[in-house]
Amino acid sequence: MTTTVTPRQEYEVVLEPLLSVPVERELPLGQRLWQQGWLRKGLILILLALAWEAIARYQGNDLLLPSFLQTAAALYDGLLSGELPAKVGVSLVVLLKGYLLGIVLAFGLTSLAVSTQFGRDLLSTLTSMFNPLPAIALLPLALLWFGLGDNSLIFVLVHSVLWALALNTYAGFLGVSETLRMAGRNYGLRGLRLVVQILIPAALPSILSGLKIGWAFAWRTLIAAELVFGATSGKGGLGWYIFQNRNELYTDKVFAGLAVVILIGLLVESLVFNTLERITVRRWGMQR
Amino acid sequence: MNTPLPGHTVSKLSSVATPPLLQVDNLSLEYRTAQRVVRATHQVSFEVDKADRFVLLGPSGCGKSTLLKAVAGFIEPREGQIRLQGQAVQGPGPDRIVVFQEFDQLPPWKTVKQNVMFPLLASGTLKRKEAEARALHYLEKVGLAGFADAYPHTLSGGMKARVAIARALAMQPKILLMDEPFAALDALTRRKMQEELLLLWEEVRFTLLFVTHSIEEALVVGNRILLLSPHPGRVRAEIHSHQYDLQSLGASDFQASARRVHRLLFDDDAQVEHDPALGFADIRIAY
Repeated sequence: MTTTVTPRQEYEVVLEPLLSVPVERELPLGQRLWQQGWLRKGLILILLALAWEAIARYQGNDLLLPSFLQTAAALYDGLLSGELPAKVGVSLVVLLKGYLLGIVLAFGLTSLAVSTQFGRDLLSTLTSMFNPLPAIALLPLALLWFGLGDNSLIFVLVHSVLWALALNTYAGFLGVSETLRMAGRNYGLRGLRLVVQILIPAALPSILSGLKIGWAFAWRTLIAAELVFGATSGKGGLGWYIFQNRNELYTDKVFAGLAVVILIGLLVESLVFNTLERITVRRWGMQR
Repeated sequence: MNTPLPGHTVSKLSSVATPPLLQVDNLSLEYRTAQRVVRATHQVSFEVDKADRFVLLGPSGCGKSTLLKAVAGFIEPREGQIRLQGQAVQGPGPDRIVVFQEFDQLPPWKTVKQNVMFPLLASGTLKRKEAEARALHYLEKVGLAGFADAYPHTLSGGMKARVAIARALAMQPKILLMDEPFAALDALTRRKMQEELLLLWEEVRFTLLFVTHSIEEALVVGNRILLLSPHPGRVRAEIHSHQYDLQSLGASDFQASARRVHRLLFDDDAQVEHDPALGFADIRIAY
């Protein structure tokens, strides 16, 4: 038995430009549609609505659980009569005032915290003291201090936004890489210019998530405050609408009010925050 | 004033009439951990002339990066002085632009062009229009003109390093500081970047202070090399390497220089000198 060893040959290949196979090709239509987030989420909402309608029909008690269609009708009437938009307007104006004031204060506090040791200690002490305190628990005190009116609502809203946002922003600032800070200082940036031109954009993912949490906290606090304490602002907002209709046993209107709360939450999340994320952190490759 | 002192040997290569651009004089640096103060460098002195490619070379722990950060103004000297054109260095400033090793030195929220314009605008060197023109000019130089509007996260490591170099050159700093700029790149890209850096230097003749832990890179990139010993960093030697470029990688004199640098850095002359069996391949080049 003889084994012949054939030596491996060296070789070179001259590469022709590759034209026969396309370098890119499109995904099929179904897969491309399924990539759209709003479509997937819309499908989930439709499924939920169907389940609701089915359960309500099976139970058959309008007073306890009005069906999806009844709620939709009540919502339609409320929107058409102008009653709901007015209530929503009252709530949103107060909400935005409190939200913006909270944002301004949070940025002041965190800017102080990144520049001085005292600011750091102040922020960490205050957040650990006040973050666990439910904003609604401060409302009786706020009513005592600021009286019945927008101011006491704004006070509790600021409380609910400030700590969550400050905590997130500060964590984001801490996470900014040392190299990026040094690069900024290298170009002669310091103090507030360093914060604005380096720290804030670099910490934007954390800041955006803080803004989202702050928004949800504020919205929740406002509705709860209006529900528990009624028309503190005199005119009454969405919470007051829900509260009043429950007293009069218009359960479908209660559901319509709740639906509006949910819809506004969804709209703000998908229009405002998603857009913000898409044109900033996702475009910059800082977040997937 | 320009006559050399009697008995003072003047190198033929650097018969310098003008004062050096950068003077580091008996510089000791320290950094603090939670428990102790650690001395990073001890009484280091060197001088960098205009258009030098001065390399700080040493094993890890020799304080070469700390030294560079001190020149950049990020670290206060414990003793000694750093003078740039006779002026003591105080704090970071745009006349000494640093190219870092890390890829995240480019703000991800700015496009390539905006990144190059950033220091020009932040330091108030140029107006927006002029900054844009200059940014495009230097992007052209590093071969990235076509990527001016791309965001950094879409670039490869080598391209990011090129952007950082373009950004530094666009500022036309008095001295360019590079802190192991190619260490995070793969070997082939690194070699390409060294070549491009030398070509850029041929063209622009900037002054470069370059930190590396690779003997080969030091010999190729630098014209003068300062060797530092570790713990704490002290000057071990200064050698010339202007005769080498990427073409001389395998040449015997290049290998002899590499061997000499290795001996100076690791102080194992007994082994290298008296053990002829030890070939060049046995010497670890941190690379």
